[in-house]
Amino acid sequence: MVDLTRLYDAVLKGDNKGAAAVTREALAEGVEALELLSKYVVPAMDEVGRLYDCEDYFVPELLLAIRAMKAAVELIKPGEPVGRVVIGTVRGDLHDIGKNLIAGMLQGGGFEVIDLGTDVPPDRFVAAVQEKNADIVALSALLTVTMPSMKTTVEALRSAGIRDRVKVLIGGAPVTQEYADQIGADGYGSNAASAVPLARKVLGK
Amino acid sequence: MNLVGQLAAAGPVATDGAWGTELQARGLAAGECPDAWNLAAPERVGEVARAYVEAGSRVILTNTFRANRLALAGHGLAEKAPEINRAGAAISRRAAEGRARVFASIGPTGKLLLMGETTEEELRAVFSEQARALGEGGADAILVETMSDLAEAKIALTAAKETGLPVVVSMVFDSGKNKDRTLFGATPEQVAQELTAAGADAVGANCGTGIAAYVPICRRLRAATPLPVWIKPNAGLPELVEGRTVYRTTPEEFARHVPALVEAGARFLGGCCGTNPAFVRAVVLALTRA
Repeated sequence: MVDLTRLYDAVLKGDNKGAAAVTREALAEGVEALELLSKYVVPAMDEVGRLYDCEDYFVPELLLAIRAMKAAVELIKPGEPVGRVVIGTVRGDLHDIGKNLIAGMLQGGGFEVIDLGTDVPPDRFVAAVQEKNADIVALSALLTVTMPSMKTTVEALRSAGIRDRVKVLIGGAPVTQEYADQIGADGYGSNAASAVPLARKVLGK
Repeated sequence: MNLVGQLAAAGPVATDGAWGTELQARGLAAGECPDAWNLAAPERVGEVARAYVEAGSRVILTNTFRANRLALAGHGLAEKAPEINRAGAAISRRAAEGRARVFASIGPTGKLLLMGETTEEELRAVFSEQARALGEGGADAILVETMSDLAEAKIALTAAKETGLPVVVSMVFDSGKNKDRTLFGATPEQVAQELTAAGADAVGANCGTGIAAYVPICRRLRAATPLPVWIKPNAGLPELVEGRTVYRTTPEEFARHVPALVEAGARFLGGCCGTNPAFVRAVVLALTRA
């Protein structure tokens, strides 16, 4: 029997090859996908979030952990996700590190994540939400000059008549809770560790 | 002693302020590549450089912050890298007219080494190309600035040193609860020690969360290295007011922190995002009083 705590350790240490190897062995031995995810991958990412929060981890460790988590999740192909998230950096903004961190954390937290990339115009968010029947749309902006695109995106969801069907979460260096309130977003996260708890909270899960 | 050491010994030296916003004030569109203006609108780039010389900057930078091949590729301008850098250095050199020194700017590539988006080899080639062109254009020194990853900063430093010019390396401290770490988690002590060991001629901090936060950072850099310290903070964090980006710090407020920075060991002092020639005038005034 493969020692499954090695999966937890591999994700925590950012060892993507190790994470994939243990996952492959475990699946071959008939371990349930859900067990791998809920008992090892998700708790490891929770711990990564905690270490980031208390500054034992910084962005490099976070990026490596997310890569290891993805290496495992891609093999697992879990069943029903916690929720479906459409994520992207808003129009005019090409920054993707923050957005990738959040996408990775959400994926590690059991969400299905549809990543639209950077410089995403409002109508592409609207189309993706409709097409994928998303529960959450997560908007990122690193620049004060591109923050207004968050507002335009929320307005586009409203005029498409789907604002009430989806929760809007926003984040990024210049973004604040006040701004979230101002544009009528459902939530604001100040760091990567807050992403999963916040997404669960707005869905009531 | 090389130029950086000489200037520092006779200092503190007033450097310049932001370029991007000054170019935007002269018609650069949001999203347009500022560095491309070295070829497309050299007279307007020269205006910015001259405005800083006239405000009292004794060191001015160049409009080449994003002019490395990898960043220019995003605008389809990779092949223009040598030309854009040579022109950028030459524009600042002409504007300086012997009244200021030209420290040519090299910024990050935007590619993450640790995620395999680029390699050390590629970074070495890219920074060597940029540094060489800046030297050919007439730079007096090279400034590797706004770095978040020490590994990338050290590769740029080594590449820039090949030109034979002195090299200053400046990183951003804006992360962690106390905003005293780089994005990658390095402390001022680690940054100062590693860059000193790697052969920098001065080390520093730029951008960040505002000038007040850089006083303790400056002190910690100074305590960890015998090299001169370079400081170029933002005019506070930007706020969005009615759809426009606003920096709340005034030139006078900014300059109020100058004596504390000098006391903390800063030998080169200027401003980053949100600052302009008025900030430089206020810094120059504060330095003459300090």
